[in-house]
Amino acid sequence: MEQVKCECGHVNPYGTAFCESCGKPIEETTKPLLDMRYEGSARRSQTYNKTIIDKIWNFFSSVKVGVWLIVITLIASAIGTIFPQEMYLPPNVTPAQYYEDQYGWAGKLYYELGFNNLYGSWWYMLLLASIGVSLVICSLDRVIPLYRALNNQGVVRHETFLRRQRLFSITNVNDERLFETVKERLAKRRYHIREENGNILAEKGRFSRWGPYVNHIGLIIFLIGAMLRFVPGMYVDKVLWIREGETKEIPGTNGKYFLKNEKFIFETYEKGKENEVFNAAIDRVGSGMVAKTYQTNAVLYKRVGPVIPGDEPKLQKVKEYKIRVNDPLKYDHYALYQVDFKLNELSKMSFQLIDKKTGTSFGTVTVDLRNPTSSYNLGKGYRVELLSYFPDFYFDNDGNPATKTKIPNNPAFVFKMYAPDKPKGEVSFVAIRQTIEPFGNNKYKMAFAGIETRNVSALTVRRDFTLWILGVGGTIFMIGVIQGMYWNHRRIWLKQVNGEVWLAAHTNKNWFGLKNEIKSIIEGTGLAMPVDQAEMKKKAAQGGNEHGATQ
Amino acid sequence: MVQLSSTLLYIAFVLYLIGTLFFGGTIRDKKGASRTSRWATIGITVTISGFISQLGYFILRWIAAGHAPVSNLFEYTTFFGMMLVAAFIIIYFIYKTSVLGLFTLPIALLIIAYASMFPREITPLIPALQSDWLKIHVTTAAAGEAILAVSFAAGLIYLIRAVDQSKPSKRTFWLEFVLFCLITTLGFVAVSSAFSIAGYEAKFKWIDKNGMEKEVIYNMPALVGPNQGQLEKESADRFQPLAEMPAIINAKRLNTVIWSLFGGAVLYLLFRLVLRKRVAAALQPLVKNVNLDLTDEISYRAVAIGFPVFTLGALIFAMIWAQIAWTRFWGWDPKEVWALITWLFYAAFLHLRLSKGWHGEKSAWLAVIGFAIIMFNLVAVNLVIAGLHSYAGM
Ligand code: HEM
Repeated sequence: MEQVKCECGHVNPYGTAFCESCGKPIEETTKPLLDMRYEGSARRSQTYNKTIIDKIWNFFSSVKVGVWLIVITLIASAIGTIFPQEMYLPPNVTPAQYYEDQYGWAGKLYYELGFNNLYGSWWYMLLLASIGVSLVICSLDRVIPLYRALNNQGVVRHETFLRRQRLFSITNVNDERLFETVKERLAKRRYHIREENGNILAEKGRFSRWGPYVNHIGLIIFLIGAMLRFVPGMYVDKVLWIREGETKEIPGTNGKYFLKNEKFIFETYEKGKENEVFNAAIDRVGSGMVAKTYQTNAVLYKRVGPVIPGDEPKLQKVKEYKIRVNDPLKYDHYALYQVDFKLNELSKMSFQLIDKKTGTSFGTVTVDLRNPTSSYNLGKGYRVELLSYFPDFYFDNDGNPATKTKIPNNPAFVFKMYAPDKPKGEVSFVAIRQTIEPFGNNKYKMAFAGIETRNVSALTVRRDFTLWILGVGGTIFMIGVIQGMYWNHRRIWLKQVNGEVWLAAHTNKNWFGLKNEIKSIIEGTGLAMPVDQAEMKKKAAQGGNEHGATQ
Repeated sequence: MVQLSSTLLYIAFVLYLIGTLFFGGTIRDKKGASRTSRWATIGITVTISGFISQLGYFILRWIAAGHAPVSNLFEYTTFFGMMLVAAFIIIYFIYKTSVLGLFTLPIALLIIAYASMFPREITPLIPALQSDWLKIHVTTAAAGEAILAVSFAAGLIYLIRAVDQSKPSKRTFWLEFVLFCLITTLGFVAVSSAFSIAGYEAKFKWIDKNGMEKEVIYNMPALVGPNQGQLEKESADRFQPLAEMPAIINAKRLNTVIWSLFGGAVLYLLFRLVLRKRVAAALQPLVKNVNLDLTDEISYRAVAIGFPVFTLGALIFAMIWAQIAWTRFWGWDPKEVWALITWLFYAAFLHLRLSKGWHGEKSAWLAVIGFAIIMFNLVAVNLVIAGLHSYAGM
């Protein structure tokens, strides 16, 4: 595309609004103030609109579209909080049923519209992705031309440029020392000063102009990091239920690591044991009602030697750790978090073999409920066999005993009891608080003698290689916003025109600060304080009072 | 020490009240007189004393409890009030506008008063809260929200000044609505305090949504009762509910909301009767000397300063902590989602302002909406959409 040569001699890219160097508008406009937002630079989106690529580019580079995307995402996110998301539903419920039962027709509609899984839905992902695309395109569209324009800006500005700045004044002075004083003061305020033929350009904080682009890059990196989670191998998320005393392979580590649960500790706040200041609060909800500690005393092991199927793995202790909420065990990029627990799971149950009439005991049988032995020899000819075992017992539809799960929530047993006088044995069905003797009256009985329980701890196993990317993205984002928000780009132009001094100034934000600064810079020099032409215009337009209010 | 701490909070409250009055006194200052009049100097001095007193409350309570006092709704909300005052003090020294004090301090007062309607005991920390990140995250997030709230105060001043009150319009309606919401907060405080001083208590038996029988104690007369609610014997003489709520609605909270609205409506009507015009119209003379452009800039500046602080506290620190405590940095819990919504909203605000030139009144309305979102997250999400973050349990 052809380039445009300004009368000052600078060659501008096609599409430039006003000359990069001297600021003379390329095409005459009647607008009283220049739009300084991108220094009048030639942005692709404002220049081309022919091909389909141009159209897509222009769509995504538009801030209007960007804001719409943000607002739609915002509204969608809010909808997702009306009812709980599916992941927060209690376990063992059917979502369709649950939403309708709990929230009536509104819940049903919510479920049918797919809002129960809103944040994982394709269209929500699409929204986030569009924001990402928009960020990339809008930044590219602006940053390069802006860089060019700021880099090429000249010291000597055209008169129309100065006249059309928001802050502008003309003073009739002829004082040699005046410029020196002003320059000194500008330098003291850390302005970077350039001078040409008695014209001055004082500038500071230009780097803050890059703030938005830096923060957008941070956001893009963050979004990419969040998406990498779906790449296999980047992310491990498993749960390990482990009983006290048990040693288990840690899932997700490919058999490399094992964990032993030595003990699980659950504590609550109890009155009398805590700092007195907590008494009132403990009284209100009840002593022992508020959790204080969830802790697993764990030992981490590493497998040594090759993996031989069927063989017991050889383990080497790596470290001991007390895993608590807020204090995970970390090793080799893996982290184990305390997430759940179950107290007092049945682990062993003991019975005595007794003579029903005399009550004499012939020995005790202890059944390991996770891993029961099938035969127990009590000596002197007394022996018990475990014919069947139902860890989580119930009667099925046909009235037969069956088990719901493998977890010993409600154990039941079929024992066969042998004694010197009953060489063929007697069969007894034993469950909690009930005994059935299927073949008539027995002489012997398995009398309940006690239980042992243990706690079960649930740990989440996590390895996340995306975290550092998210960290980098977040950091860059913060640097970018701070750069753009806590600094601003100020410029002051001074031009000598036929014995007059023209003063104009521009900032990208915080005009109040700029005005104050100019006030103190020109104080006592006789230079006229620039007029805020935007404010003037507003007052004129609204016909209001001095401050522009309409009453 | 706990006693002293509470006293200091009380003193701070009173000082903020006095500070407001002094800032009110600046209204009568002759225009053109030096911007920092005697009234304003006293006002800001009193405000700073109040702030120091509240800081004393905070530090003493921290020492007494052994953890930063930001762990329940009362503590968090008072801290938010304190940060609002701090943000005001900072902005005051940048812009020296006393009228900002006249609006920010009452909002801070309302927030602190609202906070003290919740259980005020020092609570021990549940395991999820036992982390240094509790104080890092919560204090930064509150600071960010407080700075953003200053933008609301400035926006409100802008609207009261700029909205034409000579005839009713959409703008006057919504402005009245905003003021009505503020008055309703006052209504809530008034009604709660009144019944709490009277010691009202009514015990109900009721049936929850799982068919279980439960007990609930109302501290205000039950206009709406719980599902199949029955007054217990000892409360037999108490007010009988006018209507009964289905089990999925928390009837006790709804009852509080109704009473607050009722209190707010009574107060509002009272104001209208006394003032004989819209509340915003009555406030207008207070701000007649305000420079609109400056107010607009203060509002924007507060967002510019507050947005990065909010991002750091409410999103980045929150994610770091969530990763440690809940194994994942983000979990779509309602509280998290509403922090995201707040953030997206202010991002949209900045873009509209920068690129679409939404200055002045539009920007002021946006500041109001932003504050409404922050308050929604503080009030409704904590009390209604209770998720993982809910302080409501204790
Ligand atoms: C959630 C997502 C986003 C965040 C948090 C964000 C953040 C920001 C911030 C803080 C600024 C600086 C504003 C100021 O200085 O007042 C900014 C500027 C900007 N943003 Fe975004 N942004 C987001 C998305 C987008 C999108 C989707 C677009 C695409 C159209 C976009 C386009 C721009 C542009 C054009 C600027 C102005 C640059 C300039 O004029 O110098 N942003 N953004």
